[in-house]
Amino acid sequence: MARVHISIDRLRGKPRDRPPRGVSGEGETCPKCGTHFRAEELVRNARVCTSCSHHFAATARQRLDALADGGEWSEPWTDLRAGDPLRFSDLESYTSRVAKAEAKTDGSGEALSVARLEIQGHPAIAAAMDFGFLGGSMGSVVGEKLARASERAAESGLPLVVITASGGARMQEGILALMQMARSVVAYETMADAHLPVIVVLGHPTTGGVWASFAALGDVTYAEPGALIAFSGPRVIEQTTREKLPDDFGRAETQLANGQIDAVVDRRELPHRIGRVLAILERPRGLEAPPAFVWAQERAQWAAQTLPTLPKRLADRIRGDDGAQG
Amino acid sequence: MTARRGRRFVRRLTDRISSKPPEEEETTWQTIQLVRHPERPYTLDYIDRLFSDFEELHGDRSHGDDAAIVAGIARYGRGAVAVIGHQKGRDAQDRVFRNFGMPGPEGYRKGMRVMGIAERLGLPVLTLIDTPGAFPGAEAEKRGQGVAIAASMRTMLRLDVPVIAVVIGEGSSGGALALGVADRVLMLENATYSVISPEGAAAILWRDAAKAPLAAAAFKPTAANCYRWGVTDVVVPEPAGGAHADPDEAARLLDGYLHRSLRDLAALEPAERRRVRRERYRRIGAHRELALGDGATMITPPRSSNSDGATAEPAKEKTD
Repeated sequence: MARVHISIDRLRGKPRDRPPRGVSGEGETCPKCGTHFRAEELVRNARVCTSCSHHFAATARQRLDALADGGEWSEPWTDLRAGDPLRFSDLESYTSRVAKAEAKTDGSGEALSVARLEIQGHPAIAAAMDFGFLGGSMGSVVGEKLARASERAAESGLPLVVITASGGARMQEGILALMQMARSVVAYETMADAHLPVIVVLGHPTTGGVWASFAALGDVTYAEPGALIAFSGPRVIEQTTREKLPDDFGRAETQLANGQIDAVVDRRELPHRIGRVLAILERPRGLEAPPAFVWAQERAQWAAQTLPTLPKRLADRIRGDDGAQG
Repeated sequence: MTARRGRRFVRRLTDRISSKPPEEEETTWQTIQLVRHPERPYTLDYIDRLFSDFEELHGDRSHGDDAAIVAGIARYGRGAVAVIGHQKGRDAQDRVFRNFGMPGPEGYRKGMRVMGIAERLGLPVLTLIDTPGAFPGAEAEKRGQGVAIAASMRTMLRLDVPVIAVVIGEGSSGGALALGVADRVLMLENATYSVISPEGAAAILWRDAAKAPLAAAAFKPTAANCYRWGVTDVVVPEPAGGAHADPDEAARLLDGYLHRSLRDLAALEPAERRRVRRERYRRIGAHRELALGDGATMITPPRSSNSDGATAEPAKEKTD
């Protein structure tokens, strides 16, 4: 684990010393309610508007910080970079686009960052996407990092938490980008083999090949308020079918009503909600007696404790039905 | 030409094409036009010719029946297989009925249902890929287009029975890959396989749909390139002029490769097949590791034993 980052909470005591990482000097205005925030103010609130709860876009590392909620974490595999098998160029060459995007990532180098961290005291491997990096698109590096994250989680017996924010497969990597969809499913199979949970949080937006692969296959799936979740985006649908779509098309709240996700969860509530799920699933492993044995034991225990307290007629009847149990 | 000489000629031709990437004699755009030729054989045309009997099964058992995907059980040689494929329409009315080969979630769920039958009964699964993409529509989204595609890939990854996918026409986007996770991926000589259609890419990347030929060339979606990158395992030759020129011959050529692939796969233990299938998709992609030297480690997927120079050494796994 190459780099250690101190999370924003460490800085809370002395907020003016230096701004939290990934924060430029300028503030931002909430597009929904017009409230103006200083940059560090916003980051400290997990980049959620304090007055109207609008969720601002966040970088992968800001998302991981919010999830770790004050804890330290480190990021492996920051040296992975995209190849350019197609030598792709549209209005600009792919290598130049990647280089520009990379310069903005503060070191993680791609559209997905992985961390080992603790969520409300529960250790987990987390992977978060960065929409700012070429639209959070999934290329070979995203696929490779996700696969490694699941392998690391399976080796360590830890759950995997995945936070998405992506327009879909990275077109500039052509067919190999499409194949990353299948690769991401392999990653989840690694988790399933180890009987370990995958919790997915869908950020804004989660569309295309990302929604149609690992984003849709979580054991538990949450979405941030207002996140667009769709295989085909509204523009593509309107162009292809001439349908006029309602404003709430594909939004997290709509997809909840459609039965596509489990809950809409405020970003500030995520550590708590995910922590609760992890607490439920965190059970001693390898200590379980075979079910049949446990069942017989429980029955004997119940009979010994409860039968004497029951009215005699009922107790006799149960003993009679149940052979030698009493 | 006698029949015997003809066969030998075809065998030489197929050996040549399958043992090394075929020459790119046509430009990519010509391939796109060829793959969209109105007479090009579709899934049902191959089913008619490959199988002595086919029982089509309908419906996903929860919403409806999607005509853009055809699925069923078929007699193949002395055995039986489950077949699932995208289906396009031939005339105007049929095209609408088949929704231009663009499935909704019902189609993929029907496919998964038939894969379930195959798994229970021990039938190999054969998929035929030919779609401009999954249908983009509000209703499809509501019923879980994304989840259906993802679940279909997961289902295919888990099957114990042999799985063979054949790209017979247009293989575009997740709508194609949803049926494409297999032990062996075959691709017809003039088929295309791409992350997005040329028109879609042109509209997004060049902001001009008329730039489709340019986009097609940039994506290099041809059989030769897909083979070189390890996305497919076999390039199946088509009759001179393309599959539409002689659908019977196209099916006959496919039959040979299909038969051989099935025989090879049947020799493996189910657990081994599953492991290798998974490993294939675990490794697919191309990235660099800066610490190992710039550009030193292109990862391409492993190929089966008849590998040639197209496969690079797998990169060394670093432990951080």
